[in-house]
Amino acid sequence: MSKELWKGNEAIGEAAVRAGCDAYFGYPITPQNEIPEYMSRRMQEEHRVFVQAESEIAAINMVYGAAAAGMRAMTSSSSPGISLKQEGISYLIGAELPAVIVNMMRGGPGLGTIQPSQSDYFQATRSPGHGDGRMIVLAPSGIQEAVDLMQDAFDLADRWRTPVMMLADGMIGQMMEPIEWKQRPAQPPVDKPWAATGQADRGHTNFVTSLRLDSVDNEAFNQALQEKYSQIREQETRWEEIDCEGAELILVAFGTTARIALSAARKLRQEGIKAGLFRPITLWPFPSEALLKAATQPGVRAALAVEMSAGQMVEDVRLTLCGAKPVHFFGRTGGMIPEPAQVAQEIRRILKEGQA
Amino acid sequence: MNASAFPQAGHRLYVIVGPYGSGKTEVSINLALRLAAQGRHPALADLDIVNPYFRSREKTAMLEGAGVRVIAPDPATAAADLPALPAAVWQAILAQDLTGVLDVGGDRNGARVLAGFAGKIDEQTPAVWYVLNRTRPGNQTVQQALHSLREIEAYASLRVTGIISNTHLLHETTAELVLDGAAFAREVAALAKVPVAGYAFPRALTDGMHGLHPQLPLTLYMNRPWEMNMGEMI
Repeated sequence: MSKELWKGNEAIGEAAVRAGCDAYFGYPITPQNEIPEYMSRRMQEEHRVFVQAESEIAAINMVYGAAAAGMRAMTSSSSPGISLKQEGISYLIGAELPAVIVNMMRGGPGLGTIQPSQSDYFQATRSPGHGDGRMIVLAPSGIQEAVDLMQDAFDLADRWRTPVMMLADGMIGQMMEPIEWKQRPAQPPVDKPWAATGQADRGHTNFVTSLRLDSVDNEAFNQALQEKYSQIREQETRWEEIDCEGAELILVAFGTTARIALSAARKLRQEGIKAGLFRPITLWPFPSEALLKAATQPGVRAALAVEMSAGQMVEDVRLTLCGAKPVHFFGRTGGMIPEPAQVAQEIRRILKEGQA
Repeated sequence: MNASAFPQAGHRLYVIVGPYGSGKTEVSINLALRLAAQGRHPALADLDIVNPYFRSREKTAMLEGAGVRVIAPDPATAAADLPALPAAVWQAILAQDLTGVLDVGGDRNGARVLAGFAGKIDEQTPAVWYVLNRTRPGNQTVQQALHSLREIEAYASLRVTGIISNTHLLHETTAELVLDGAAFAREVAALAKVPVAGYAFPRALTDGMHGLHPQLPLTLYMNRPWEMNMGEMI
């Protein structure tokens, strides 16, 4: 199959269709509007559900309804719209419902700008909405990876009965790249005996809720949830390492900034400076064990987190390295994108000034 | 006239339309720079009201430095995605001492902005060029491409007068792909009953393109952030 040129947002829509998304619910916001635009046409062609809801809040609650009925459901938005969905995400977690949520981040806070950002890391990886919940957060750094991860996202959501967030930024949504549609092995149908699909052969109806008034029950549920999260940490953590072996400095970056950091590292190789890239692909679970290993190899003097934020993922880097190595941070905010030359300059400064 | 000169005829106004991702902005910028080098006082109007990123207005400093006047939304709203255009667009269309280049947004919705100007545009006997990239979904068969071309004509209320062959995969473009795209462009052009007005390709591939006339080797300006200031691509 020859390659095709796809825009990130359209490709994510098509990947969702190919992953068997039964129902899409959304509300427009730049820079992700091509997702609902694309889905409005494609879902109709496939005789599946597309709804432009009256708000982001309505859309996430429609996702809840469709997921509770056993459908593969998704929504997409950008930062301010994702803030509105937080309550719904917490309910999805509380009801253990599978769903896929795409966030094409833009610069905040507030309405901010339509230019790209990564400043929703905290919101995505700490506790979405209220309560002690988590969700799997996938961070593609290119359109091919976004397509591949989008297909995995639905499988992960079903497998773990959890919302999964695809966390990218406006640059990934808006840019174009050549991609290849890979033939996926046929997936076995997912059994959802908990779904509210009427009595079926069960002799009773299922009831999907996040309400557990008895605190004893609710604590037992929370303990089971945490046990599930331990298993997700063990089995689903993903990352990529490029040129970390023999590196003096480990760059830690995800998504768009990982591409920028890699450009800087390659430039510095020509000057004899060895910087490697550690790229988390799952932001939750964060690949702590692997990062600790990469950053404490002989010869590594420091780590540098690069983000389009005032410093969010860097907190996970610090928690991981816990003083084992100095952790530096370089970021741009508000919709500004770091330039490779700026990152390269920061690496030179850290290594030269002996601050490492 | 030299068979490989580009643009072939001395139009006063060039209207660049086509699907998303066909390369309208790169073609518009390269055309405007070429017109500037030819002393034809180009005015490039950024009419893209459907894309929030990768718009020619982002290259204003470089273009103006090279002698291209850039007509784009007021700086106060340039970073927004408002469906509003500055009145100065009329200058690119009407001013007889300028050569206008209209960089239009993608697909039929991007072309829709032209309808309001179409009567006056027509009076200039313009070149209306449909930029064609076969690697884009929805433009992979002759019938699909022709359908998209006719749809854009209908929304713009303008007739396409030529096709710019620009089949590419950004930095993965090969000579073979360009030549395959060129043959495809000729098929689409024949059905649309218009000429291939030009063959665009990345400048680095120029050596393998002797058979294509007229040709527009492209320098790519709309790079992604990790390609900036580094002189290298990944």
